[in-house]
Amino acid sequence: MIKTNKKIPKNIILSLENVSISYGTFEAVRNVFCNFKKGDITSLIGPSGCGKSTVLRSLNRMNDLIPNCSLKGTVLFDGTNIYDKRVDPVEVRRRIGMVFQQPNPFPKSIYENIAFGARINGFTGEMDELVESSLRKAALWDECKDKLNDSGYSLSGGQQQRLCIARTIAIEPEIILMDEPCSALDPISTLKIEETMHELKKNYTIIIVTHNMQQALRVSDMTAFFNAIEYEDGDGGKVGYLAEFNSTKKIFNSPKEKTTQEYISGKFG
Amino acid sequence: MNSLYYQKRLSRNVGDKFFTSLSVICALIAILPLIFLVTYILYKGGSQITPELFTLEPNPPGDDLDAGGINPALIGTLIITSIASIIAIPVGIGGGIYLAEYSKGGVFSRFIRFGVNVLAGVPSIIAGVFIYALIVSTKILFGSMYSGLAGGMALSILMLPTVIKTTDEGLKLVPNELRYASLGVGASMYTTILKITLPSAFRSIATGVVLGIARAAGETAPLIFTALFSYYYITGFGDLFYEMGSLAVLIYNFALEPYDAQNKLAWAASFILVLSILSVNIFSRILAAFTEKTKRV
Repeated sequence: MIKTNKKIPKNIILSLENVSISYGTFEAVRNVFCNFKKGDITSLIGPSGCGKSTVLRSLNRMNDLIPNCSLKGTVLFDGTNIYDKRVDPVEVRRRIGMVFQQPNPFPKSIYENIAFGARINGFTGEMDELVESSLRKAALWDECKDKLNDSGYSLSGGQQQRLCIARTIAIEPEIILMDEPCSALDPISTLKIEETMHELKKNYTIIIVTHNMQQALRVSDMTAFFNAIEYEDGDGGKVGYLAEFNSTKKIFNSPKEKTTQEYISGKFG
Repeated sequence: MNSLYYQKRLSRNVGDKFFTSLSVICALIAILPLIFLVTYILYKGGSQITPELFTLEPNPPGDDLDAGGINPALIGTLIITSIASIIAIPVGIGGGIYLAEYSKGGVFSRFIRFGVNVLAGVPSIIAGVFIYALIVSTKILFGSMYSGLAGGMALSILMLPTVIKTTDEGLKLVPNELRYASLGVGASMYTTILKITLPSAFRSIATGVVLGIARAAGETAPLIFTALFSYYYITGFGDLFYEMGSLAVLIYNFALEPYDAQNKLAWAASFILVLSILSVNIFSRILAAFTEKTKRV
């Protein structure tokens, strides 16, 4: 096992230690320290270009797919640095699932959309049951139980996004990452997804990037506020950093940082 | 104040009319050769079609009575094109997958893309001469010289760039979100390509493959150097290692004969060749339309 000796509290499932991420020579985010608690919903908020999506993608090594993207520091998951050379990113992604900004169902039937991930992860149980329970957890079952063989594309945008959530749940990850899952959806679908998230909280740890501060307030226990500033040693571009990390209540009611206060009150962003 | 009504005499409207009609005329001229060619071949060749055409061997020119049929050439074209497909399709699709999915746009992949483009522009006769030098003159294939196998290899060189390019381009059209989705549920690169990206790109790849086959089936020059020609029925597997007839070479040979019967046979073969290439092209269209429909059930 690739464990570190470092002591981390048991209830911390994921821990960022001095993480800096660059795209080529451009530094996107610098020196992030952050602990995500098990069973919590944590939201990452901040203005555009502050690196919150970059940080999210780094948590299950989705950044590997972007050319030139490199990470310094350690991301500890289950006591293991997932950026260790010996770590298999495929295994990481099986345990840390992801829901993307744009609903991206596979060009397959609704049933197959869910069965695909489970099957490649070696699921041998009753597939019909798994499909049903995953769809139920994602609050989509009632709407599509009669058309499981229809294409995933036949659903509305909000339903597609919930299908993507169901697909992620089906592989039984420990953490679900959501990258602005509601930004392409209407308010009613958004509400449904938020309800789904509350349901999922019982079994999963959720980390969500959102541009919508009301959403962060509604769904999350913890909030991380990212900001971007120009560093003196930088090349003039703005570099993201973690400005404040606290319980959602504190961030929205009594933030310590002035920039946090300004951001949540809508003065910039 | 100008009137708001359309005025024919206005110089911009006159110019507009002129250029519209000019481009229509050019478009018509462009399609004329195709129409003339197809109708002429249908007319000249269509009248020669008899059941015996498909069953008989061609008679050697000279006896001036009956030219026989094109059976060996027809079967030969099928075999040689199949050999070419067996070589070019896996290699081409594999290469295309590398370019689109695995390569990171480095020197190696840029070199391959450039090479593929060059290969696509190589005159077909060069492909023939190349295989002639490599296979035929060296007798490297179990001592056989001109053979259907060598012909298939020469044609595969011509098919390869089409297949690689359409695979590469077809895969690049698959949205990245779909790859992320698959990798995000813990699929490996291999599963993602096999189960998600390749099926999504199936339509363009299949079209490319079919067009590649259609191009290869009509080539003459590479076959003159490699498969040559044969008058005799193809009877068994061993015939692969000997001279093999093909429609294209039959046309080339018999159209130049001074005898009327052979000329007629060449027309009949042209008819069959054009018809089959046309139907392969139409088949690729149907395939495209069909897969398009099933994708969006």
